Amino acid sequence: MKARLLLDNGIIFEGKNFGAQGTALGEICFNTSMSGYQEILTDPSYAKQVIVMTYPEIGNYGINKDDFESSRVFATGLVVKNYSENESHYKSYIKLKDYLKQQNVIGISNIDTRRLTTIIRESGAMNCLVTTEEITEELKAALKNFSIDKNITKLVSRNVREIVVQPKGKSNGLHIAVIDCGIKKSIIDCFKNHGCELTIFPANVTSEEILKSKFDSVLISNGPGDPKDAIDTIKTTKELIGKIPIYGICLGYQILCIALGGKTYKLKYGHRGGNHPVINKQTGKVFMTSQNHGYAADADSLPENVTITYTNLNDGTLEGFCCKQLMIDAVQFHPEAAPGPYDTQIIFDSWVNEMLERKNSILDRLKKIFTKRG
Amino acid sequence: MPKNNNIKKVLVIGSGPIVIGQAAEFDYAGVQACRALKEEGISVILVNSNPATIMTDENIADKVYIEPLTVETFEYVIKKERPDGILAGLGGQTGLNMALKLHEEGILDKYNVTLLGTKIDSIKKAEDRELFKELMLEIGEPVPESITAANIEEAQEFAARIGFPLIIRPAYTLGGSGGGIASNSTEFEEIVYSGLLRSPISQVLIERSIAGYKEIEYEVIRDSNDTAIAICNMENIDPIGIHTGDSFVTAPSQTLTNKEYQTLRSSALKIIRALKIEGGCNVQYALDTTSSQYYVIEVNPRVSRSSALASKATGFPIAKVTAKIAIGYRLDEIKNSITQKTAAAFEPALDYVVTKIPKWPFDKFDHGDRLLGTKMKATGEVMAIGRTFESSFKKAVTSIEDKNTGLVRKKYTAFSDEELKALLTIQDDRRIFRVAEALSRKISVEEINYITKIDKWFIYKIKNLVEFEQKLKTETLTKELYLDAKEKGFLDSEIAVLSRKSLEDVEKFRKEHNVKAAFKIVDTCAAEFKAYTPYYYSTYNEYDENIITDKKSILILGSGPIRIGQGIEFDYCSVHAAWGVKEAGYEAIIVNSNPETLSTDFDVADKLYFEPMNIENIMNIVESEKPYGVMVQFGGQTAINLAEKLDKKGVKLIGTSLEAINLAEDRKQFERLLHELNIPQPKGRAVRRVEEAIDAAEELGFPLLVRPSYVIGGRGMQVVYNKEELIIYFNSALKFSDEHPVLIDQYIEGKEVELDAVSDGENVLIPGITEHIERAGVHSGDSIAIYPTQKVKASVINTLTEYTQRLANALKIKGLMNIQFVLKNDICYVIEVNPRASRTVPIMSKVTGIPMVELGISTALGQTISELGYKPGLQDKTDLVCVKIPVFSFQKLNRIDPALAPEMKSTGEVLGIDTSFDRALVKGFLAAGYKFDRLNGDVMLSLNDHTKPQCDEIAKTLIELGFRIVATTGTHKYLEEHGIPSKKIEFFDIPKMQEHMKKKQLCFIINTPSTNANAARIGSENRGFMIRTIAEMYSTPCFTSLDTAGAYLKALKFYNSYPNLRYDGITEYRKVCTLV
Repeated sequence: MKARLLLDNGIIFEGKNFGAQGTALGEICFNTSMSGYQEILTDPSYAKQVIVMTYPEIGNYGINKDDFESSRVFATGLVVKNYSENESHYKSYIKLKDYLKQQNVIGISNIDTRRLTTIIRESGAMNCLVTTEEITEELKAALKNFSIDKNITKLVSRNVREIVVQPKGKSNGLHIAVIDCGIKKSIIDCFKNHGCELTIFPANVTSEEILKSKFDSVLISNGPGDPKDAIDTIKTTKELIGKIPIYGICLGYQILCIALGGKTYKLKYGHRGGNHPVINKQTGKVFMTSQNHGYAADADSLPENVTITYTNLNDGTLEGFCCKQLMIDAVQFHPEAAPGPYDTQIIFDSWVNEMLERKNSILDRLKKIFTKRG
Repeated sequence: MPKNNNIKKVLVIGSGPIVIGQAAEFDYAGVQACRALKEEGISVILVNSNPATIMTDENIADKVYIEPLTVETFEYVIKKERPDGILAGLGGQTGLNMALKLHEEGILDKYNVTLLGTKIDSIKKAEDRELFKELMLEIGEPVPESITAANIEEAQEFAARIGFPLIIRPAYTLGGSGGGIASNSTEFEEIVYSGLLRSPISQVLIERSIAGYKEIEYEVIRDSNDTAIAICNMENIDPIGIHTGDSFVTAPSQTLTNKEYQTLRSSALKIIRALKIEGGCNVQYALDTTSSQYYVIEVNPRVSRSSALASKATGFPIAKVTAKIAIGYRLDEIKNSITQKTAAAFEPALDYVVTKIPKWPFDKFDHGDRLLGTKMKATGEVMAIGRTFESSFKKAVTSIEDKNTGLVRKKYTAFSDEELKALLTIQDDRRIFRVAEALSRKISVEEINYITKIDKWFIYKIKNLVEFEQKLKTETLTKELYLDAKEKGFLDSEIAVLSRKSLEDVEKFRKEHNVKAAFKIVDTCAAEFKAYTPYYYSTYNEYDENIITDKKSILILGSGPIRIGQGIEFDYCSVHAAWGVKEAGYEAIIVNSNPETLSTDFDVADKLYFEPMNIENIMNIVESEKPYGVMVQFGGQTAINLAEKLDKKGVKLIGTSLEAINLAEDRKQFERLLHELNIPQPKGRAVRRVEEAIDAAEELGFPLLVRPSYVIGGRGMQVVYNKEELIIYFNSALKFSDEHPVLIDQYIEGKEVELDAVSDGENVLIPGITEHIERAGVHSGDSIAIYPTQKVKASVINTLTEYTQRLANALKIKGLMNIQFVLKNDICYVIEVNPRASRTVPIMSKVTGIPMVELGISTALGQTISELGYKPGLQDKTDLVCVKIPVFSFQKLNRIDPALAPEMKSTGEVLGIDTSFDRALVKGFLAAGYKFDRLNGDVMLSLNDHTKPQCDEIAKTLIELGFRIVATTGTHKYLEEHGIPSKKIEFFDIPKMQEHMKKKQLCFIINTPSTNANAARIGSENRGFMIRTIAEMYSTPCFTSLDTAGAYLKALKFYNSYPNLRYDGITEYRKVCTLV
């Protein structure tokens, strides 16, 4: 069955349908990871986006039960060059196309994805429409009127408050409050594997609610959309700054930037893939990172007391900052990988160590106070 | 850390002659490294014994030493040049081993030379099996259970404990020579024994076999600041058990989930960090197909064949970056030359699929053992790029340049299903075609997977292609179907056969529907950034990204995969052609399919097309580029074979015309021409049937030289001494040449001489003439050749020059030509004229200093020799003397007779240069791996009746040199009759001879084959063949021509008196000559 992709600038690509049928709208973006379509599709940050995989053979190893980043597909469409009809992997339990059908997501294959990527690179991010129907004036109008919901983080966030995640194995005594703006399962897993206990709050949680319990830190998660639209979370973050250590990943990092008084801006076509080099400003070491963001934080807009920790080696954009004084540390890229390289998982190690040290020094101080008094 | 400014002069170690397991990839790596260093203002000194390389060009390094790769040479050169650093990691295993030796002998310390890049300690940890295993255990990386054994007893004990199958690998050897998989104790002992012998440190690693696991490789690179990245991963289509050099490989991996991909990537980075490697490194893994369990198999702490492949597959220049890291740069300080914006500290993202297929010599050695295992047998490889796996795979199969291009092949149709399934269990070069045949018979993917352990994904993909062939056979050809076929990589010629149309009809159909190939760029970043690199591959039904300039362009055809008879020399020619074309003011465009070479480096020409060397693929480029013309002279027979097809399509061939090519290659026309020109030639006839052959033989008289027409490297060429041999030959020859006749010539057993010339259509320039040591009958590629000639009379030289001039004029040669003569009684017989660049062009260019390829380009483009500043005719000979000695790879190939014959067998060559013939000869032998030191004891002689009467002098020399002759029955009798003492050994007592060789009691063997008919050797009945094969097995030198043996003894005699040699740069030798 035929399927079509209509770009906002009027260009139409025609290919073959796999997965669900129908029509879907979204922002088109490309991802250069050569594996990991399952993780990408189920990453909530891709909500309302149509993903173009630049690697041409997709579907090769099917879908397995271990590599989901959330409970469902958040992207609205998948565009590939060659869909591998026959998958092969011992873990695979369903074909990609059948999974997409289940999730009601449209897939298009036989597309010149390289041409499409070049167009996105040159014209910048834009909206698009994927459909298994003929492209009518009506559909064109629908595309013209389409815009991404400003409430998008709330739409992907958990609605239920306080989901408690138990650590894997022995607890290290740390308890982290997570603000879920569309968190990936791998981020939760990385903390869990360190022995942390997590309480997950929806994106519109208030600062009072978090401060009510004794958390060792707050993590603001990744998520979709323009950070400026995450008004509730920005407000909560502002109120939390200085009162509790805060960590941020991707959208969480951008929210921290805004909460600190900084600015964010939209990148022409974003960073999406598993090969983005970032350089640690202190050690000069370069790490390959997994990235997925359309917006960036403006380094010059950040206050004086903020230190730049990482920058992107490709385009020099800001990739991480910290503020010792306000107990803030955040990165633009995804240290949890999934998909992508594990190089920066060391960031979780350093965050956990920092929390433990802080906790121990507080305990030490308390002990000293008690022994003095005693 | 930026560049280390203390390093001002660097010595680069080359990899020596081309052998199986170490080929052109190190010329590519070496050139990249030398250039990377020179760019930094560092003075580069290069030592390499291989004259066919581009790296030994004077414009690549500041000073080039074409000298034997021995400790003596290096000590001499280091003492003389006083380099600050030495770079070894780009010279393959040879380079690393040399660095280790120089370190162990204290030479590096003595002269205060820093080993750049990876340090000795790291090399040892990676190369020493036991140390490596320890390190892996220490960092928690899984390795299969194994032991390192230094003797057979230790090995047997382990085998008893673990059970079979077991893998045996000798330590410190190239391409796994001497290794193998043993499934029982007999096989086990045999392999262990030969492995212990092969290993320079007498160690073998024996490990639990994990055959059937997926084989995955990672190319990683690390800088001194501990930044480490993975350039590329690759998945072998063939599971573990077949050497990666003999496997079909794809890049990137196709069947790994992201978690598997990243787990192995992290492991590779962990290993490269633990080893503290600075530069490129290759890590090989075995991955279970039913769990995510993996094992680390091997680490190569240097650039390798795989890194060359990875560089071409991704566009990331690993060797260049390795060289920059060696002099102190960090990855983030090195620019990505493709995007010009980003840094080298990034991992390429591919938006295409790459397939590599090995090129094996079995089409040439059809009696050879085709089984593939842990010992590499391929001489070369091809790579193809496609937007889908199907097209990439199909293109790669086309690139192999087999007679057939399709997947399903006639020769397997006759087998029953059961036979076919049985054949599927055999791992050899034909297995993938048997898989295709099995799929065409609806044998299930599961069953094929069960038998072959090839991942189902690949089998499904091959099934798609096989089923599509069926579709083309049954459905009417519509535009949609045609486009689908093109997208899957089908050639018009295949579509024509499958849809039962003529090729012309399909081409017409294509034109009517305006179907054109589109070209995409290899840009390292999947179009994320704008690329500046003109590195292209074709696709269909997609947007054409090709940028065509207004500049007049010339397309240069490369020479495809490296094979015996068509080696690195033609890459040298192609690269020089590109440079020459650029210099002449044209845009130079190269097309080639070989990932190992420098010609496929995007830095060489103005534009590179990585495509099969097939007429359709070439025409796609021609139609897109509309070049001024095509150069077919420089890509060996591969390019020449395309001349006629290109001419038919109306494409302009630059230089020598098609008529001239045909005139030189067509037997009858050429014979007539020589007759007209009054030039002698061995009498001969072209025959198509055995009866005609017998008639011809009666007319011409034995011995005769027989060969099929239109072949590379004398394939199928043979001397026959009687009617019976002729009949056997004729019956087998037809197998590989049914469209062309068999040529029968008088065999003139004289002195062979050879020359290369540049012709402008009127005048010729002959840089020099070489003389062969072996009499005619040994392929020129396998002969020892001397420049300048030592034993050719001046009058004969004049005749040779005169004949060359006459032939060039008659053939209207514009560009390069090569002529081979045989001299007997002062008569110069012409044996062969090649209207193209030949194997000897690189050597002659280097030793004479005359840039032959550049002159060839200029003359082809219309300039005259005088205009180019040269005086026509034979150039004055220099006092520099050089001796080219061939190098063979028989240790890698079983069941192939090492005897010299008219058919070429060598894989590479070395050059000895000095100011006298004796010294050059000594150096040549040393460079080729022969030893002169501590030689005393027994020499075995076993000669055929034809050569017995010629052996007196040699035998006497042996006695004079203090050797004891051991002779086989007949030879012993002959020597006794002629008063030469020898000890008799029964000719049938092969076990005794084997024992002698095993115990290293034989210094060398002189054995002339009793018959030249290969056919008689099937079943290894021939004892001479057995002697030669066993000699190869135990690395006992074996001379099969008295001429070679004589030369060796001459060199030995000289060396005994004058063991101290001088080693100088090639320019110094030439300078000496002009002064003298």
